[in-house]
Amino acid sequence: MTEKLSMQAIILKLQQYWSAQGCMLMQAYDTEKGAGTMSPYTFLRAIGPEPWNAAYVEPSRRPADGRYGENPNRLYQHHQFQVVMKPSPDNIQELYLNSLKELGINPLEHDIRFVEDNWENPSMGCAGVGWEVWLDGMEITQFTYFQVVGGMAVDPVTSEVTYGLERLASYVQDVNSVFDLEWADGVKYGDIFKEPEYEHSKYSFEESNQDMLLRHFNEYEDEAKKQIANGLVHPAYDYILKCSHTFNLLDARGAVSVTERAGYLSRIRNMARAVARAFVNERKKRGFPLIKDEALRTKLLADDEEAKK
Amino acid sequence: MAHTFLLEIGLEEMPAHVVTPAIKQLVKRTADYLKEQRVAYDDIKPFSTPRRLAIQISGLADKQEDISESVKGPAKKIAQDADGNWTKAAIGFTRGQGLTPDDITFKEIKGTEYVYVDKFIAGEPVAAVLAGLKDIVTAMTFPTMMKWGTHHFEYIRPIRWIVALLDADVIPFSILDVTTGRNTRGHRFLGTDVDIATAADYEADLTAQFVIADADKRKALIKSQIEKIATDNNWTVTIDGGLLEEVNNLVEWPTAFAGSFDEKYLTIPEEVLITSMRDHQRFFYARNAEGKLLPNFISVRNGNDHDLQNVVAGNEKVLTARLEDAMFFYTEDQKKSIADYVERLKSVSFHDKISTMAEKMDRVKAIVGVLAKHLHLNDTQTQAALRASEIYKFDLVTGMVGEFAELQGVMGEKYALLAGEDPAVAQAIREHYEPISANGDLPESVPGAVLALADKFDSILTFFAAGMIPSGSNDPYALRRQAIGIVRIVTDQQWSLPIADLAQAFITAEADAKVAPQLDQASQIDAVIGFVKDRIRKILRSAKQRHDIIDAVTNSSSSDVLRIFTAADILASHADDANFKAVIESLTRVIRLAQKAPAELATATVDTDLFENDSEGALHQGVAEVATAADKTLADLYAALADIQPTIAAYFEATMVMDKNDAVRNNRLTELSGLARLTLKLGDLDQLIVK
Repeated sequence: MTEKLSMQAIILKLQQYWSAQGCMLMQAYDTEKGAGTMSPYTFLRAIGPEPWNAAYVEPSRRPADGRYGENPNRLYQHHQFQVVMKPSPDNIQELYLNSLKELGINPLEHDIRFVEDNWENPSMGCAGVGWEVWLDGMEITQFTYFQVVGGMAVDPVTSEVTYGLERLASYVQDVNSVFDLEWADGVKYGDIFKEPEYEHSKYSFEESNQDMLLRHFNEYEDEAKKQIANGLVHPAYDYILKCSHTFNLLDARGAVSVTERAGYLSRIRNMARAVARAFVNERKKRGFPLIKDEALRTKLLADDEEAKK
Repeated sequence: MAHTFLLEIGLEEMPAHVVTPAIKQLVKRTADYLKEQRVAYDDIKPFSTPRRLAIQISGLADKQEDISESVKGPAKKIAQDADGNWTKAAIGFTRGQGLTPDDITFKEIKGTEYVYVDKFIAGEPVAAVLAGLKDIVTAMTFPTMMKWGTHHFEYIRPIRWIVALLDADVIPFSILDVTTGRNTRGHRFLGTDVDIATAADYEADLTAQFVIADADKRKALIKSQIEKIATDNNWTVTIDGGLLEEVNNLVEWPTAFAGSFDEKYLTIPEEVLITSMRDHQRFFYARNAEGKLLPNFISVRNGNDHDLQNVVAGNEKVLTARLEDAMFFYTEDQKKSIADYVERLKSVSFHDKISTMAEKMDRVKAIVGVLAKHLHLNDTQTQAALRASEIYKFDLVTGMVGEFAELQGVMGEKYALLAGEDPAVAQAIREHYEPISANGDLPESVPGAVLALADKFDSILTFFAAGMIPSGSNDPYALRRQAIGIVRIVTDQQWSLPIADLAQAFITAEADAKVAPQLDQASQIDAVIGFVKDRIRKILRSAKQRHDIIDAVTNSSSSDVLRIFTAADILASHADDANFKAVIESLTRVIRLAQKAPAELATATVDTDLFENDSEGALHQGVAEVATAADKTLADLYAALADIQPTIAAYFEATMVMDKNDAVRNNRLTELSGLARLTLKLGDLDQLIVK
């Protein structure tokens, strides 16, 4: 490697690259979530027949992974670079490998492998088939062909490429601790994130108000269900995300027993399933506007009419 | 002339564990298809890599074998009218065979004449048959299937290209939007796409593109590369077959390389280092001549040796990060005492409907106490087992087991030793999980075996009592495996454990120690015995024991696992005796008559004053001898039962059991019931099939 790209340079390169491959550059979604997959730009858009190609950075919060900023590789919040393409392109693997070249990673100078790793997120009713991509033994990317999202079989299939930006940058910059990464010229990752890491860990493990969190979970759930019934898909989905994050906070606090855990997850899953169905219905009502092939659109809407009879 | 055919299915990277079964499946399906299609060939050679499944068929015939067969039609009287003209039925039949009535001959079958035609089917050219392989490719099944793009078809991974070449010609067919051709892909990074001129060139063409398509050759190469590195460095490397198979199916062009890690990590227990290397990174680990683990590893790159130092450095870095984590946990974990961890188990759930982990340990301690007494363990063994039962789950709340769950028990032993526990206690902690799989290692130490039994008995009893009984394929808590563990440990240790009595004693001991769960365990004892006996049946069946013997012994009145196995061995060893049939038939007659005894006779005793003939006295004496033998060993019991066969025969000769006189009849039934109960200690002999 000749140059050591900063974190932001890596992000810029990936954005440029995937935008050139036809992806829309979306922005991080403004509700807390555990992974880029949970952004509506992936979860909702992976459902239904409309094509969708998007790329974005997603700050992802996992309260239980917080380590008070002391562990060089574990974080309360890390950053994912998420690419979703539906239908999955035939050359998606090649597109991905070319993106690594853009970052100065020449496959001939490394060992890159696709190692089976089938992804599952039971609380969101999601499952997919794919790999973790190993770069010289390190997992740098999760690569998934979605099969089920929100409990619905997908058609067509979305391919999802999720880069772990901190991991990737640690490799590119050859540092042992994420806190030593250069975010921009002269500013270290630790300068920006060490304090929030400590505070969020302290909060999640020691200080959070459990009663408030439990109450919020119930309220968010009520609201999500109501808005699903009203056909207000996006507000409903925001509340499902809030439920999910609130549950993660409760879990990190050790406030959830084994059985209760299953109960909470199943409540979130039920909402995820309901909102998935509601989303498709709403898109149908709008005539699947993202389908540019008029014949296909007419056919899909006609199929819908058939199904109603 | 003989032909060569090549079929290559090009795929995105398959899971490593799928590759070998998949290529075997493809070969078998192809062989079956060619046989069914009457196509002769010499050999099907398999090739497989993560990205391709291929077969090369050599010595292929030009065409299918021709078929000449005689086809039967309608009876002559239906085929011809009174004037001898062909009827519609005859004309229709011949048309159906692609012939005309001119081709008809008659043959007589059982006095009736029938229409026959000789049909000849010329074999199709082999190219036409090979096009049918499309269905073979699409019929393949895999453990996980997926869809991609806009297709509804499911396969192991997306199909990206297909090569189908009969000698130099493409056999045309399409699967989804992929059409067969002669273009294959080389190694992802080192190779390029290449056109294969003729089917026979396949292996050489791919080798030129940095793909070793022959899986066996690739595996042998990896093995020799690893061995060379080991020899050059004076390392001893045991090549784990499973790992070699996996690594082989992760690469197309292997280059083994050595890496190292800082010696300071060698203070971490070896099991942790090995788990990190072998299971997490797919590395082979190295030892020195004395068997000491070295700070080195061997891994295999999917590529050549160009810039290999980058790959070495990257892999070393990843391993170091893992070991740094492990080192952190290992140091941190030792800062707390075992008592601290045990205290934390009070807030760890064993199962929400049962109890905490700490409460489970309390119950297991009570059970260990009962077992120690029953098995007459010496003081040292008893103390070790009891101490272990007080702490044996503590490692579950250590950081190391939190990170490396597969090391539960193993870390328990390490930390217990570091904390100064008796080595026997530490060993029992590790061994209590055993057997980890159906055929896994068993505890070697007595305290370990006792703790393992107690832990498993408690799990099964409490889960049953909480209503979580395995059914069908639903056994989320692996209770079947635990029951098999009980059976295997007991037979390995040759321990006699009557479960019925002991389970009651466990429950009493738990109540006495005030550690009983809020569950009705007593009501589940019979169900648990049945559950354990089902496992015994399974084990005996896989040991190829006779089915009737299995049925007999598992229906015995005994709940003692060891006795049931012994009974099976005894019956099997006598099954070929000359008198076996006579013995079993006599006893079966006794058992069936005994079933006629009214329930109130269960506690009755035999009144010798009511005897009416000598044979009754003889049988009474014989039954007493059987009863004495029954208190010795099962072998003695069988011998005694066999000995009284003539006595029983004489008895039935001289005695009408179902006498009209109530008192006489009941007295005789009491005698037979007593004998029948004794036979039941061996098994339900009524189940035995004697011819």
